[in-house]
Amino acid sequence: MSKTAVDKKDISIVCFSGEFDKMLAAYTIATGAAATNRKVTMFFTFWGLNALKKERGRKSIGKDLLSRVFNWLMGGRNNLPLSRLNFGGASPKLMGGMMRKNNVAQLDELMEAASELGIRHFACEMSMNILGINKDDLIDDVQSVVGVATFLNESEDAHIIFI
Amino acid sequence: MKHFLDITRETCPMTFVKVKLRLAKMDAGEQLEVLLNEGETLENVPRSCEEQGYKVLSVEPTDNQQHLILIEK
Repeated sequence: MSKTAVDKKDISIVCFSGEFDKMLAAYTIATGAAATNRKVTMFFTFWGLNALKKERGRKSIGKDLLSRVFNWLMGGRNNLPLSRLNFGGASPKLMGGMMRKNNVAQLDELMEAASELGIRHFACEMSMNILGINKDDLIDDVQSVVGVATFLNESEDAHIIFI
Repeated sequence: MKHFLDITRETCPMTFVKVKLRLAKMDAGEQLEVLLNEGETLENVPRSCEEQGYKVLSVEPTDNQQHLILIEK
């Protein structure tokens, strides 16, 4: 039986925007929740998939010309834009420096912690079809490539947040 | 066996993430001494440990605004 809203402790995070600052927020919430014994599921779709690519920089992966161009333009984890004031990609690097200075964990560290904490990573099948990439193009943390029905089933007892 | 963890150079969420990961590797009955800063960490780490069923045996201030807490798994 599904829990009422008050009882739900687990969290499902939809990572859609693929923006640097929002990815940090997603992973902060995810690792914080997992570290306090909540079950956490992360579902990556559209731009969010860029953070999961094995190729961290711009690489033209994909099954046809258009998706290769698209993947090259989007890049990987090293190219995630800031949601505001991106300044052509300078800002994420500046922000990384500011974080380092203040001892705030970098995205890599958060993603590693997420892996160690057993946070489940799912990739959206539809977006992957559009982008022309497959599971081998993504990091090993990705459990499986799923559709929205699976996501909703897995999130039945969880709060769903969209980042 | 008593373990030690210094999280004075970490910020949220890595503070309690690191405590949680360390506790997960320990056996029941073992103890973990954690050196942490005042403020948000001191408010959150002991409480989240207790919420997860670990025992916070002591919380003691040290010099320079840090605290030493002892947790038993």
